Amino acid sequence: MMSLSKRYLPFIIIATVAALTVGAGVMLYRAKQRAIPTARTTSMPVDKTISETADKTKETAAHVRGEADAPVTLEEFGDFQCPSCATVSGVISKLEQEYGPRLRVVFRQFPLAMHPHALEAALAAEAAGLQGRFWEMHDMLYQYQSVWSKASNVRPLFDAYAGALHLNVERFREDSNSNEVKTRVVLEGEDGVSRGVKNTPTLFVNGQVVRAAFTAERLREAIDAALIGQKSSNNSTKGGHK
Amino acid sequence: MTAARFQIILSAIAAVISLAGLADATYLTVAHLTGDDLVCGSPGGCSAVLGSVYASVAGIPTAAFGALAYFVAFSSATLAVFGYARARTLLMLVVMAMFGATLWLLYVQAFILHAFCPFCLLSAALTFLLAGIVVATPSSD
Repeated sequence: MMSLSKRYLPFIIIATVAALTVGAGVMLYRAKQRAIPTARTTSMPVDKTISETADKTKETAAHVRGEADAPVTLEEFGDFQCPSCATVSGVISKLEQEYGPRLRVVFRQFPLAMHPHALEAALAAEAAGLQGRFWEMHDMLYQYQSVWSKASNVRPLFDAYAGALHLNVERFREDSNSNEVKTRVVLEGEDGVSRGVKNTPTLFVNGQVVRAAFTAERLREAIDAALIGQKSSNNSTKGGHK
Repeated sequence: MTAARFQIILSAIAAVISLAGLADATYLTVAHLTGDDLVCGSPGGCSAVLGSVYASVAGIPTAAFGALAYFVAFSSATLAVFGYARARTLLMLVVMAMFGATLWLLYVQAFILHAFCPFCLLSAALTFLLAGIVVATPSSD
């Protein structure tokens, strides 16, 4: 009897570990799925007014930096509290200088609920955008990410940033709470989800997602490939007209 | 201490290390599947690695293969503790495969992605420990 139980013991241990691993994995997966909601499921109140103004805001121009006719568009779905996004932001600035008029950059909001101040930061950037200073606030939020990320209340800090950018701080505060900016953030988040964005930063070069796009080398490769693709498609179009 | 007892002790240690590796690889698999970019907090590190093309093979997270390998290592080490002689051979084979895969993944992190994921490095350290134990385990002869 003793020998029989000893014979089965290792298999019982193995089966228990397998069951515990699968169980823990599923529980962790579910917990993380709840922690990574889309922009709509962040703590932002989504009221009737937002859904009513949604269609109108969908047509709002994206935040674009660079020439409108640039052959390459680098589109980022970012979260201002995401450390990788701050790193990539510096890389993108470098590439913008390098490629000049051949590259335009588009930023779209994708605040993750796992970052407690990401949504407020997104709203602050949008509010600054209403006064024509989106990119300045974008740069400032990334520059001081390590400072405001640790703050319990980020509002005074964001107000200070708005002041430093010579914004009308009173209007900035009101706009940060307005349905207009909330709607925009919600819609951009939904747009990201519909395009398969799961984490931040997610980058697209001419509509194609670029994986492991955290280094200048990797992004340069993608941009160069897009430039070559553009050239060859232009040549074939010209050839077709002959 | 007899060689047989030494074998059992080393196999038990290998089982415990495999269990730690299994937990690590399971966590990484879940992080990959959920797109969690904050598993380690190092800028670009985990995201660059877990978001890279090397993070999955045929749509299956590389970490899931790691979890499976650690589970096989744990099972064979446990069986070895209970005197199953063939389990030691299986343990050696799986650890050798894990060692090779770990070297490749370290190369990818260092020279292709230029980013390190601390949880991946922990897994690499555990695999190296397992390899050391397998090498140090005396044969049954």
